[in-house]
Order: sequence, then C-alpha cells, then structure tokens
Amino acid sequence: MAGQRLVRREFYIDLNCLSHVYIEWRCSALVIRKHFRLYYSIMLAKRIIPCLDVKEGRIVKGVSFINLRDAGDPVENARFYDEQGADELVFLDITASHEKRNIIIDVVMRTAEEVFMPLTVGGGIKTLDGIRGLLKAGCDKVSINTTAVNNPDFIREAAERFGSQCIVVAIDAKRVHDSRFEIRSLEELPEWLITSEELKDKLLISQPPAFSRQPSALWEVYTHGGRKPKGINAVQWARYMEELGAGEILLTSMDKDGTKDGYDLDLTRAVSESVTIPVIASGGVGNLEHLYEGIVYGKADAVLAASIFHYREYTVREAKEYLKNKGVPVRITN
Amino acid sequence: MIAIVDYGMGNLRSVEKGFLRVGVNSVVTSSQEIINTAKAVVLPGVGAFKDCMKNLTDLALTEAIVRSIEKGKPFLGICLGLQLLFSESEEFGRCKGLDVFRGGVVRFQEDGLKIPHMGWNSIQIVKDNPLLKDIPDNAYFYFVHSYYVLPDDRDIISTVTDYGSAFTSMVWKDNVFATQFHPEKSQELGLKLLRNFGVFAGVI
Repeated sequence: MAGQRLVRREFYIDLNCLSHVYIEWRCSALVIRKHFRLYYSIMLAKRIIPCLDVKEGRIVKGVSFINLRDAGDPVENARFYDEQGADELVFLDITASHEKRNIIIDVVMRTAEEVFMPLTVGGGIKTLDGIRGLLKAGCDKVSINTTAVNNPDFIREAAERFGSQCIVVAIDAKRVHDSRFEIRSLEELPEWLITSEELKDKLLISQPPAFSRQPSALWEVYTHGGRKPKGINAVQWARYMEELGAGEILLTSMDKDGTKDGYDLDLTRAVSESVTIPVIASGGVGNLEHLYEGIVYGKADAVLAASIFHYREYTVREAKEYLKNKGVPVRITN
Repeated sequence: MIAIVDYGMGNLRSVEKGFLRVGVNSVVTSSQEIINTAKAVVLPGVGAFKDCMKNLTDLALTEAIVRSIEKGKPFLGICLGLQLLFSESEEFGRCKGLDVFRGGVVRFQEDGLKIPHMGWNSIQIVKDNPLLKDIPDNAYFYFVHSYYVLPDDRDIISTVTDYGSAFTSMVWKDNVFATQFHPEKSQELGLKLLRNFGVFAGVI
C-alpha cells in the first residue's frame, strides 16, 4: 500500500446520555468513507470477563502475587478479580478425570459465598443434571461446547428447562484457508448432521472459499480444544444455536488463541452481526488495545481474557480505564 | 428471619448468601407455613414466566405470597419475581401473573438490540425509596432478561433503565419492592440494597 496515507479517527458523541453516535472516518488517498452508526444500547456497559482455568479444584498457571495468599485457589482469584471490578467470571474446568469432576461444584459453592457477581462454568457439561448441580451450587450460567456439537437438541432441552439466560454456547472456530480446504469425511461429522439434509444445507461447509488474497470469511467449528474439525460453518452454527435457545455465544478463535495477537476481528464481527444474542470474544488478547478492537471492530458485547489478567500484566481496572478513555461504555467501580 | 421462595427455578443460593453476607438470616423454602410466619418474603427467579407461575401454583404458593403482601409484610421480588407481580405476560402466549400490580410484561422489540438484555446497566432514580438509601443515581446493576414490565400505575415506578428506550427497572409501593436487576449479582451496591431491605424489614 505504498504511497497511501491512512488516517483513522474514532470518537463517541454523547446524546443526552441516551444514545451515542459512533462516527468512524477513514480517509486515504483513494477512498474516503464515512460510517454513521447509531449505538442504541450504549448505556449497557461492555463487559470485561477474566477466565480462570481450573483443574481438579486448583487454578492452573497460577502466578504468585502479593495480594494472593494462595495463587492456586479459585476463590482467592475470584475475590481478587472482584476487587478489581471484573464484570463476570468464567471458570473453565479442564479436569480430565471423571471421578474428580465434582470438585468444581465445591469450587462454585465456595466462590458463591464470597463473590457476588455472575459466574459461568464451562467444560465437560454433558447432562441436564450436571447443569442443575452447578446452578444449585451458585453458578449463573453454564458454557457448553462439545456436547452441543454432539447433540444440538441438548441446548434446546437445557434452555427450555433452565431458561436461555443461563445457557452459553462456546464455539471454537478456525479460519478455512483456500489452499488447505478439504471436505470432511462422514466419520468426522457429528451423527445428527449426516442424517438431516436440511441441516447439512444449512450448516456444512461444502464449498471452498473463493480464491482471494484476503483472508477468507469462512470458519469451521472445532471441538476438543481445536483438535477435531467438524465440517460445520461457525457463523451458521452460532445462528442455529440461537434458534435452539442459547442465550449467549462465547466465541474463541483457535487461530488466535495463545498468540497474543488480538482477537480474530472478522470472525467476531461476522458472528456478532448474524445473531441477536450477546457475543463474548475470546482468544488472542495480548494488550488492552486488543480489547478495544474486539468491542469496536469485532462488535463484541463482552471481551474475555485469561493470560493478561492472570499473569498480572494488566488489572481489570486498568483495562476499563483504558476503554473508558477511548469512549467505550464500561462500568468503573470505586 | 426472611423467607426466600423456592419454586425449583434458578440460582437461589446467591440470594441466600447475599443476605447472609449483610447479616440477614434467611431460609430457602417452598413451605406455606414458613412464608406465613417469616418477617419478610423474597421472590427471586430466572427462567420462563409460564413455568414459574405453574410451579408456584402447583406448590400452592401463589395464595401465601399474595396474602403476605396484602397483610403488609415486606416483600422483595427479583427479576422474574418482579414480572410475576403483574397481571399478565405475553411470554409464550398470554399467561396470568399474581396480579398484585395492574400491567403487562412485554418483550424488547427494538431493532438491533441484543436479547437477552444481559450485563451491567445503570438505573435512573425517578422516585426514591428506602432500598435505594446510599445508592447513587445512575449506579450500575446486573441485568439478565428479555421481558420487562409496563405498570398501569406510573406512580409505582421507582427507577428506570435505558435499553433501546427507558423501561421500568424497579417498582415500589408501600411494603412491596421489586427489581428487574439482580442485587445478589451486583457486587457492593447490590449487597447494600439487600441490606437496606433487611433494615426495612426490621431484621437487622
């Protein structure tokens, strides 16, 4: 893009504290564009959500910190984030052993006694009783990934029984590249999908993306932490999950996860614009600008981050002050 | 002692623990007698209006709740516990509520709104009430809902919140308080509101 000057300016204007107009000016030597966008729900704060990996009742990757007596204790960590003004907490249970899976219930019970903010638990949820146990222990939402892919009707049943507001569907998505595109074999697809022509039409990725130099706007659903491709179009999958009763989407880019490069903004935006339920962006945060981009360009309703908070690179409060200074509505606590 | 009405829906533990934190003893119950003898009644709830009404009716609790309100017992409804106080809801076809207040429960309609309305939003106080003591105007509280109440009697509206347009986020009339937001999930300020309810009910 030699010879082109790119000037970009963004700001929010407050209109009677009721609505904001978000004006984005992009000027270049070749293109002058203006976007006017009315942000109705501007008083609803964008949420900052720290995520904690819990294994057999202990936080993994714990870092000793002066305010924490026990860096591995989930309750201590929850209290720590609570003090910083986190808007919600997500516990991701990565306990592998079946016998030890109930430990998370105890973690939730102890956390709910100390911390009075919304709590989501994800990982290994397979049954309605499993959800009920977590809700009874004091958790507000459950995040479901593999079980939704294996059996979408589970989402319908769970939403009917417990209400959409507590059913979060987690989607792990990976960009489909032209050169690497392959049609998935039947064994790789979930069983329910093979038997329904209608759902195949709706959900399967059957065409390679049109060749272009741009990154393709097509993403595939993966399970098992990004190891198993499912042949499903992630954006369509999000819509289908909404249809079945999901109340929120937790969207992780498997390409970006762990890179500290920022969210996959195209993916986040594509999903956020195709559903009418809130979308939480996840995967790839390395600095506070990434949070801003996820909200403004990715159009996420909430941003989730693990390592930047976990390794104490930033506090939640710093993140919120940064966003506030850039005109993003956030809740600042005293 | 206050009674938290249990009708098999949602996360009641947080409500109980929230009260405990501010020094109020409560009991989670689906017993008519305990509701009748408690000093105050709390009706929490998330989930579908129709299922909740059905559960309350099946457990024969509607009468106990309405009677305790009529007797002047302090009452706090939370989220669905606010909506249930109204005449009827349009959720999944029309459904009758407890009819303590005249009015309906309707769904957010505006284009471009994410539904459920989920997250932290601010409350604007239009009529101060004892539960809002020491809570500043425009304070943030946690919301999760897709429906909101339209009271016939505008005088009961205590706070409003903006989501697309202004909706009623808290009502108050005499002994009856009800919030659309979740004080038990709203950190410090939420606990303050629960404490104020304890003070109002004379249990602190």
